[in-house]
Amino acid sequence: MPNRLLAIALAGLTVVATHVAAQGTSPQTPLPQTPAPQTPPPDRPQTPEPAGRGGRGRGGQMATFPAQQRPPGDPELVAKGKQLFTTNCVACHGADLRGGVTGGPNLLRSAVVLMDQHGELILPIVHGARAERGMPPLPLPDPDVVAIAEYIHSVVSTARGQGAPPESDTPPPNALVGDAKAGEAYFTANCSKCHSATGDLAGIGSRIDEAKNLQNDWVVGGGATGRGGRGAARGSNDRRTVTATVTMANGEKIQGQVARLDNFFITLLLDDGRLARFGVKATSPTSRSRIRWNSTKSCPAS
Amino acid sequence: MTLKKLLVAAALAASPVLLIAQGRGLDPAKLLKPLTDEWPTYSGDYSAKRYSLLTQITRLNVKHLTLAWTVRLTGASVSGPGGDVGGGRGGASPNFIVGGEGTGEYPGGGPPTIKASALMVDGTIYLTAPDNAWAIDARDGRVLWHYFWKSRGGTHIATRGFGMWKDYLYMETPDNYLVSLEARTGKERWHKVISDFSQQYFSTAAPLVIGNHVIAGTGNDLDMPGFLQSFDPESGELQWKLYTVPMNPGDPGIETWPNVDAARHGGAQPWLPGAYDPQTNLYIFGTGNPTPAYTPGRGDESMDNLFTGSLIAVNVDTGKMAWYYQTAPHDMHDWDSAQTPVLVDGMFKGRMRKLVMTAARNGYFFVLDRVTGEHLLTSKYGSATNWVKNLDEKGRPKRNVEKDPTVGGSIVSPSAGGTVNWEPPAFSPDTGLFYVSEDNVYSIFYLLDTDPRGSMGLGGKLETRAGNGGSFLTALDYRTGKAAWRYKYEGGAGGGGGVLATAGKVVFAGDGAGNIVAHDAYTGKALWHSKIGGVTNPPQTYLLDGRQYLLVATNDQLWAFVMY
Repeated sequence: MPNRLLAIALAGLTVVATHVAAQGTSPQTPLPQTPAPQTPPPDRPQTPEPAGRGGRGRGGQMATFPAQQRPPGDPELVAKGKQLFTTNCVACHGADLRGGVTGGPNLLRSAVVLMDQHGELILPIVHGARAERGMPPLPLPDPDVVAIAEYIHSVVSTARGQGAPPESDTPPPNALVGDAKAGEAYFTANCSKCHSATGDLAGIGSRIDEAKNLQNDWVVGGGATGRGGRGAARGSNDRRTVTATVTMANGEKIQGQVARLDNFFITLLLDDGRLARFGVKATSPTSRSRIRWNSTKSCPAS
Repeated sequence: MTLKKLLVAAALAASPVLLIAQGRGLDPAKLLKPLTDEWPTYSGDYSAKRYSLLTQITRLNVKHLTLAWTVRLTGASVSGPGGDVGGGRGGASPNFIVGGEGTGEYPGGGPPTIKASALMVDGTIYLTAPDNAWAIDARDGRVLWHYFWKSRGGTHIATRGFGMWKDYLYMETPDNYLVSLEARTGKERWHKVISDFSQQYFSTAAPLVIGNHVIAGTGNDLDMPGFLQSFDPESGELQWKLYTVPMNPGDPGIETWPNVDAARHGGAQPWLPGAYDPQTNLYIFGTGNPTPAYTPGRGDESMDNLFTGSLIAVNVDTGKMAWYYQTAPHDMHDWDSAQTPVLVDGMFKGRMRKLVMTAARNGYFFVLDRVTGEHLLTSKYGSATNWVKNLDEKGRPKRNVEKDPTVGGSIVSPSAGGTVNWEPPAFSPDTGLFYVSEDNVYSIFYLLDTDPRGSMGLGGKLETRAGNGGSFLTALDYRTGKAAWRYKYEGGAGGGGGVLATAGKVVFAGDGAGNIVAHDAYTGKALWHSKIGGVTNPPQTYLLDGRQYLLVATNDQLWAFVMY
């Protein structure tokens, strides 16, 4: 294999001369695909998934923890318990069970609640076992306490994965908290050469419904929200197609979309649908990137 | 030749085979020695340097490393072992052993992901994945036995591997048992509950055997208190339990929480193995983030939320805390400091010192005196890390609160995944360099739950990727905290499973782009690579039959490279 020097030029990106050992273009079966590094996700997925309820979670799989694995309680008993909870417990423990203004603890993460089966651990506390810690004894008959326990368990069973609480009825706060005047000034100074609210951006506010999504599109270049972290976020919103030009030592230039890239090979998807793979001669690291992917002045298409 | 002589000759000829099959077990004294031919504990040795004294593989010859064998492991299910395919096919089926208290329906077989460090003792590899464990012939990859745990459930995100004591193995299960097996047969000796499943604990750590202690951490995402426990290796009885948050009024650190209830729900899970210093008898480990992770509910800025995000030194005989140092006061991004710390005896500012160092998930690197906990150095190793206002008088990074999750969104690096996550670093005494994966993702953190009571667990935030400042293998000079070199992994996405350093002056790591890569320990230059797929566990090395091997996993597949 000839050991020629090549330079990779990334169209639309700044070029840094790179030593490449040519392994020749070797057309293969067309297989367009985006770079897909095979790396495990980080050990803490960042977005809580529903834990499932009633013993079965998503996809029919068994739910993760006992609070979600337990079968649903008798609906009548749960309804009765909800009524009793509202009358007797809400002031201290909150309508959402996450604790109240008078300082009652969050029941959704209470060890007593989580270890309780059908009220047997909750009952003594309702009847005064924790009076010295501020839980006043309530003169409720045992069956009422059992009903309350069933209701509490029914709420806990709707908790989401990774400890997240049940879905709230309250919508999340509006992310539109910035200074519109400052934004307008920034837009005029930095964006208005290419964009205008009456031109290419006309109607964008109705096309993208939520402020967060609009901002994400702005900052990220589009893509889904809600994923984060190293694994989940990676590449999920890379809309841009990166193209590169490989310059052979003899001056021949080969251009294509970057299908895969690591420190050792670059694979281009050529215009005719073939894949071409080039070996990159390994070099010593520097504090700078060996191939620089500098941003350019061009703006992502909206 | 008489018949008797023939039998003796046959027995002699067969004896090496018997040794392979039966093993001699692990002499606990071996754990006190530097890492050479075997790999007898999670980090190789107690210092957690992941530095092997083996020298057959060198900077000059590593390019000749070649594949010895590979095996694809299969997750078992209630219906059977699944059939592990690998080298040595045609041999007898491996012994299949079933244990567990559940139905085994969760998660229901499927390919395992190996994130564990393997043990290699006496020619046998012992390896775990959630609900599964294997003994594998280190010469040819043949599965000798396969243990399957019928689970009750629990977060099946990983297991980190076995601990070993004499002929016994110890592992944790996602549904919170410490399970002890006979190393030779895979037969179960006992299993003990180590944390409460109904409170949503889940257990992934590799138990560490120290003297007559099996040290076992656990994990939890639902606001439950973290704790570390020690068990008797023979009986499995609890010896001591150290909570990592204050549990009662008057407990040390309680003043760093708004109230006792918040402290008792404050997290600080020790979910990765620590390191052990025989001279001081201190086990030094990291703790996880406070909970709720991203939202209010843990008091104001001044509240540090001890002992979350900390290094803690505990006496292994008494279970009493000797010192702590907080590397992430009042964290707001799920940035654990649970990473395995590294113990080094080295020069620091003109003095020989007994050091402990750690690269935390929040992008900062710390060097302490491991005898006293005295702070010596803090440096930023995450190139893009942007959330710190200043270092306080103790060298602790203090947050710029504008980088907390906010309603309007905050652009922060690293992502919640961290500059490094669980992947263990390595340290080479030859170079004096600390090698760590460095990932520089930017995220937009939105606060969704502004309730002053706080959310729960990892709830209440939304995270969107905003860019990538690159993935690197980074070599830090512990005396300055500065990078001697950074090797950028093009197309890399962080992780890479961790790092291995060797006396052959070679450093191995996954590049996050499907390669296992050998680097020059001094310069970082890439010397060899093999595209085996995304590396999912830390590279390891051992010497067998006079040859040095490199062992590494990609999801369900184990690869052994060798230098002939």
